[in-house]
Amino acid sequence: MSPRKPNALDLHIPAPRARPGDKPDFSGWTFPEPGDTPRPDVGAAAVELREYAYGLIRVLDMEGNALGPWSPHIEPETLRRGLKYMLLTRAFDDRMYRAQRQGKTSFYMQSFGEEAVSVAAALALNPDDMCFPSYRQQGILIARDYPLLTMMNQIYSNARDPMRGRQLPVMYSSKKDGFFTISGNLATQVPQAVGWAMASAYSGDLRIASTWLGEGSTAEGDFHAAMTFAAVYKAPVIVNIVNNQWAISSFQGIAGGENTTFAARGVGYGVPPLRVDGNDFLAVYAVTKWAAERARSNLGPTLIEHFTYRGGPHSTSDDPSRYRPADEARAWPLGDPIERLKRHLISLGEWSEDRHREAQDAALETVRTTGREAEKVGVLGAEGAHARESMFEDVYKEMPWHLRQQREEEGV
Amino acid sequence: MAAMTMIQALNSALDTMMERDPKVLTFGEDVGYFGGVFKVTEHLQQKHGAKRCFDAPINECGIAAAAIGMAVYGLRPVIEIQFADYMYPAYDQLVSEAARIRYRSVNDYTVPLTVRMPYGGGIYGGQTHSQSPEALFTHVAGLKTVIPSTPYDAKGLLIAAIEDDDPVIFMEPKRVYNGPFDGRRDRPVQPWSKHPASDVPEGYYRIPLGKANVARAGQDVTVLAYGTMVHVALAAAEVSGLDAEIIDLRTLVPVDIEAITASVAKTGRCVIVHEATRTSGYGAELSALVQEHCFYHLEAPIQRVTGYDTPYPHALEWEYFPTPPRIVKAMRRVMEG
Repeated sequence: MSPRKPNALDLHIPAPRARPGDKPDFSGWTFPEPGDTPRPDVGAAAVELREYAYGLIRVLDMEGNALGPWSPHIEPETLRRGLKYMLLTRAFDDRMYRAQRQGKTSFYMQSFGEEAVSVAAALALNPDDMCFPSYRQQGILIARDYPLLTMMNQIYSNARDPMRGRQLPVMYSSKKDGFFTISGNLATQVPQAVGWAMASAYSGDLRIASTWLGEGSTAEGDFHAAMTFAAVYKAPVIVNIVNNQWAISSFQGIAGGENTTFAARGVGYGVPPLRVDGNDFLAVYAVTKWAAERARSNLGPTLIEHFTYRGGPHSTSDDPSRYRPADEARAWPLGDPIERLKRHLISLGEWSEDRHREAQDAALETVRTTGREAEKVGVLGAEGAHARESMFEDVYKEMPWHLRQQREEEGV
Repeated sequence: MAAMTMIQALNSALDTMMERDPKVLTFGEDVGYFGGVFKVTEHLQQKHGAKRCFDAPINECGIAAAAIGMAVYGLRPVIEIQFADYMYPAYDQLVSEAARIRYRSVNDYTVPLTVRMPYGGGIYGGQTHSQSPEALFTHVAGLKTVIPSTPYDAKGLLIAAIEDDDPVIFMEPKRVYNGPFDGRRDRPVQPWSKHPASDVPEGYYRIPLGKANVARAGQDVTVLAYGTMVHVALAAAEVSGLDAEIIDLRTLVPVDIEAITASVAKTGRCVIVHEATRTSGYGAELSALVQEHCFYHLEAPIQRVTGYDTPYPHALEWEYFPTPPRIVKAMRRVMEG
């Protein structure tokens, strides 16, 4: 390259503050104190809500006290259920991650560190509200009491896999639980959720839709399509951006997070933009309730940015110590969602360290027992788990001649 | 019965289905108040209300995706992509999503969606209003692709597409929207009203998907065509002096293999015609099928008459567009073999 000319243009390539070998660096981020953010009326005009895109709604302080106007009224029993579902999700993830390492499945994706984003939302929504998740919201399915055994059967692609071995292990689908079939093509589910919500409104239904995507995939055109349609038709939908800081190895600055927040994307569309501490179970619950009530009142969509941290690797196919400081997760300034809800319940006198240990052990035991049961059915690659002819079925409602012919060629 | 153009027949199909089934709704760019740039949805908003026929933002990805979400909910949306040339932003949603949702969810979720799009050249539309991207859909497992050539077929096939429980790509040959243009620019285009296939019932009827139509019966040579090219092939047969059999495929996937084999087995000669570019075009699939199913009946190599492998040239449109002389030439070549 020739020497740089004076005043020459320079291309900016965003880079994270810390890479492997560096000290984790979250300095310079300032957050409002828990309880400091006002709670607007559910019917407030979007234009009055812009500042929420740049703040952070927090309820729990680090000692476990619930503070301020966003503090939701939740029965202790519901809080305990939330805690147990988060513990179960974490135990499940841990076991399945190790199962992949043992060669029992091809692939796994944990939600370690961001369990509150899924579980709190699942408990705040109605059980029949429709969810269009990305691949890291297994907490929703678990919180809707979908059988862990069925999840494991799918992960092992065994003979009882409800997806008949057709899908990657974590791409669940359950219509009866309001859980849409997960796609590996990112953000495609977001405008689909908007369409579903439009259909619900068209039909005079009472159900709303909620959808999740990572901060990285907000760069996809589908996100823009979704926000435009949601705003134009006031679709009863909640669009959740899970900002867990990392898209595989790309930090959130590569998706545009250096210059603004992801919640701020909502401002341009005239969609209320709420930014919430995603590791704060109460705050996620409260914000979801707010957005759901707004949607149910025909006031349209809400965009929520859940500010969190992806504690584990993207999937079993990458090693995060190759692209970020190994101890970055531990340095996350907003703590661990399970630990924080535990402290809150203890501070209410509704929980104790002993009960927590028991619940943790119970979750581990459930996962262990269920795991053995699933392994008995079979793990990936087991001979004869799926009839060969099943490959040709369900491409269309009725099998056309050319697929019948191909099935015959396969000799089945 | 009423004499209808293809546009009126398509409009009548939508109207009929919206009347019969509250789950049917339609949207797309300019389709609401204005009735669509080709007027296929004219008066539907006034008649059925804005919630059932409305304008969409200029975002084909969003149009397709929203319709997929609606279909998953249980509606039967019909979307209009203003020109087939504009479908590429919707392609991921159609190919990775609509086509596979039934399979990947094992029938848990299904997508009864119809995607209408005018396609094809001959209107001086240039590169971005003339393309024929049917092969980009016929290549995709899980999609059906339908192309009518007459008003009667257009209505019956569109109704069948809307009632189908799988996603259907419904491509409309816009050069014959208003009359059966046959590629002969030296003579005025006849209006549809002078064509028997403009006799279209006002009410409900359907033409099953997957069934071809013999547009002209003959003994000498089989011509496989669809859309506008059916009319061009008919004109070619007329001037060639050959007794050609013209098969109007109507549905490309699943294709009517029985109609194809019956005809080629009889004639022993086959010409394939389409407007789209040749390489990896749908004609390649037809050629392979004829070879696989009729090899021992063939008297001569199969001929293809297609658009050339170039972008659609604006000023040289009539050099690009397959016209009767090119088809006649191919017919003669296949007769020599």
